[in-house]
Amino acid sequence: MNEQIAPTRTPAFEARLKKRYAAEKRFKALGLSAIVFSIAVLIYLLGSMTINGIGGFQRAEMEVPIDFTQAAISVDPQAIEDGTAVQALQAQGLPEVVQYYAVEALGEEGAEELGTQAWRDVAAAIAEDPGLVQRQATFWLPASADLAAGYDGEGSQDMQELASTLASQGKLDEKFDAGFFTRADATNPQQVGIWGALKGSILTMIVTLMLAFPIGVLAALYLEEYAPKNRWTDLIELSINNLAAVPSIIFGLLGLAVFLAIFPSYRSAPLIGGMTLALMTMPVIVIAGRNAIKAVPPSIRDGALAIGASPVQVVFHHVLPLALPGILTGTIIGMARALGETAPLLMIGMRAFVASPPDSFTSPATVLPMQIFLWSDEIDRGFVERTSAAIIVLLAFLLMMNGLAIYLRNKFEKKW
Amino acid sequence: MSPTLLLLLALGLGLAGWLAARARAWTFRRASTSGRLASLPSYHAWYVALWIVLPVLAFVAIWSATAPGLVTQSVLASPAADQLPAFGFQRQTILNEARAVATGASQAVFNPLAREFVEPYREAISRYNWIGIIVTLLIAFLGGAYSFLRLKPDFAARNRVEKIVMAILLGASLVAILTTIGIFASLVFETVRFFGMVSPIDFLFGTHWAPDPMANAANPDPTRYGAIPLFWGTLFIGAIIAMIVAIPLGLMSAIYLTQYANPKVRAWVKPALEILAGVPTVVYGYFAALTIAPAIRDFAVSLGIANASSESALAAGLIMGVMIIPFVSSMADDSIAAVPQAMRDGSLAMGATTNETIRRVIIPAALPGIVAGIMLAISRAIGETMIVVMAASTAANLSANPLESMTTVTVQIVAMLTGEGSFDHPATLSAFALGFVLFMVTLALNFIALRVVKRFREAYE
Repeated sequence: MNEQIAPTRTPAFEARLKKRYAAEKRFKALGLSAIVFSIAVLIYLLGSMTINGIGGFQRAEMEVPIDFTQAAISVDPQAIEDGTAVQALQAQGLPEVVQYYAVEALGEEGAEELGTQAWRDVAAAIAEDPGLVQRQATFWLPASADLAAGYDGEGSQDMQELASTLASQGKLDEKFDAGFFTRADATNPQQVGIWGALKGSILTMIVTLMLAFPIGVLAALYLEEYAPKNRWTDLIELSINNLAAVPSIIFGLLGLAVFLAIFPSYRSAPLIGGMTLALMTMPVIVIAGRNAIKAVPPSIRDGALAIGASPVQVVFHHVLPLALPGILTGTIIGMARALGETAPLLMIGMRAFVASPPDSFTSPATVLPMQIFLWSDEIDRGFVERTSAAIIVLLAFLLMMNGLAIYLRNKFEKKW
Repeated sequence: MSPTLLLLLALGLGLAGWLAARARAWTFRRASTSGRLASLPSYHAWYVALWIVLPVLAFVAIWSATAPGLVTQSVLASPAADQLPAFGFQRQTILNEARAVATGASQAVFNPLAREFVEPYREAISRYNWIGIIVTLLIAFLGGAYSFLRLKPDFAARNRVEKIVMAILLGASLVAILTTIGIFASLVFETVRFFGMVSPIDFLFGTHWAPDPMANAANPDPTRYGAIPLFWGTLFIGAIIAMIVAIPLGLMSAIYLTQYANPKVRAWVKPALEILAGVPTVVYGYFAALTIAPAIRDFAVSLGIANASSESALAAGLIMGVMIIPFVSSMADDSIAAVPQAMRDGSLAMGATTNETIRRVIIPAALPGIVAGIMLAISRAIGETMIVVMAASTAANLSANPLESMTTVTVQIVAMLTGEGSFDHPATLSAFALGFVLFMVTLALNFIALRVVKRFREAYE
């Protein structure tokens, strides 16, 4: 009676079922591979930046022992106080002294490849510790970009040979370059740093926050709590939703046509950059703020009104404090977006070469993403590593901000 | 006087007014027999502080916009101004140099003529600084005195403050409208100027794009302003190549995460995907230009395609697609989650496998939301700037070969506005016309997408 199988489970059915299960497996594998691919790209991106960038935190330096007891160099405490010590030391012939000892230690050829500004590092060290001029000291001074390339096995044959000779003597080495975090832009990859751009970013972000946060929160409060339902508020809502989706470069065009027309002398200043980014960030804050305010239960408002609070008091004493964590989360996400933004700032002239950190909101500045963009245009091989290092710093800031937003969300998430 | 210092001054004066008014209100309270005021002392304080800070803020905003112009005018009134070259680039450079030295921004001048202007600049700047400070103080004093004198025990300070607060709230929400108007007005204004020089027909339907910023501005060659190759490049990179990457990957990720993945995996994978969306576009651009574009070129050359460009449309499009994946996936995620569970259960109960349920039931039900998400993704891709600026080229090219170099609207906006051209030149103004087209297209895409989402949401409520 083997033929008496259930009428539905015919061989054709079995074959179909097998096919259907195979299709099911394929489909699931397809979904999994989509995710694996996306994550793999992310890991490859972060990994290649990290591997490239690790070298960017270092620079090739050469060992130069200097015997100051033999050189007639003195330090005027007054000059150190005035901040003119470097010029005073230059006048006393410090560059020549450094050059002399460099020839002693590295030979003519090696000394040639000492960065031309290397003596400034010595001068800075003396200004830091005037006692140095009484004794012998060993300095690690930056090598020229050519020699640094030679050390990496690139560039001309001569440089590679010189680099390997010096390296085998232990006189040339890659050292962690703390100055990368304290210097500003320069033309030589051995001399560049990100502090100038980072400070520009910080100043720009302060302006953005000071404008976008109050305006965004107040607008969200108005729309959610007080606005009558009419054509005007519909228009406001529509324009906020549209602004959130306008390409960022359009905000740059607005900044160029309006802000720079009003403030022509503040070209490429953090003030203008911050104002432009604030307009871009504001809708994000409004939308996040409205959601947070909407989540506050009406019973809180009713309770406050019932004991005699005015509508303004209800909002500022009760609703706003409860909605604030949600608003802050949205603000941090909006600020993170603004921090990574380049295109609108490109329009308003923040792409200038700025060799010293900006000292006010109105002085010319550049920002971190813009610095990455500018360095990415440099042909010099040394800039590739520096660019990746700057990217690591930028990504670290963004991850920190996003992490903070997630932490705040988890910490203050409430079920009413 | 920098705006920062004036702002600090305004806030300081406001604080002083706040403290003074609060003290005043407290004396009222102590003096009154009932120990009650019409409003709490802090409302008196806020009333006075707002009366000081708001007018001063308004003045600072106007003053910081007008003062530099006034300074320049008074410098030009000095006798040395006769030696200046007539209007033009050189004149501006000299003035800028003199101003930089006068404000201490730079140490010395290159142009000897500029030295003449350092002193006038220094004088004018300090004169206008003083005017600024004095007017600020005057306004603060007047506002403070007016409001302070109105304080009385029965003064309804709270109602006044609340009225001002409501006005501020309304003003804040109007900023969005003002921004929209500002964008629209500035784009339209410059676009109309551009169309005065180059006809819209030539611009929108011409196929040759090669603006020359050095050409005679008064008589531009309209055949060089045909934007079709740019529109095509934008569409090809942003809407075709990027979407070929983003739609399948984003959609399949969303399906896997919502239908198959266990919640623990989902809790880790979803934020990881969102990191992709949080990476700054300049980093993607660098990645595309440094790693992906050379790899694609080498691959193409190894296949025997000799003319493969190192700035190919493919490299920019692929990376842009990767950037868009989390965007598509989260939109699809939302609309899949909005499909009622009963529909899914019904299909499974009929004996369908999970993938049949997904393909025949869930996706069709979620389709409007998915389509809307794709439209938003396209609008984001065609507005994206840095990836294409760094990985695509500036050569306009009307071609369907993804290995060739191509340029986009955003690349040309950047190229036209960061060049040397003057602001009256059609090449510079063409950037605004391109921006206007971009604005209108992204706006239309967003608008349609939002309408689709809205209608779709209503279906299940």
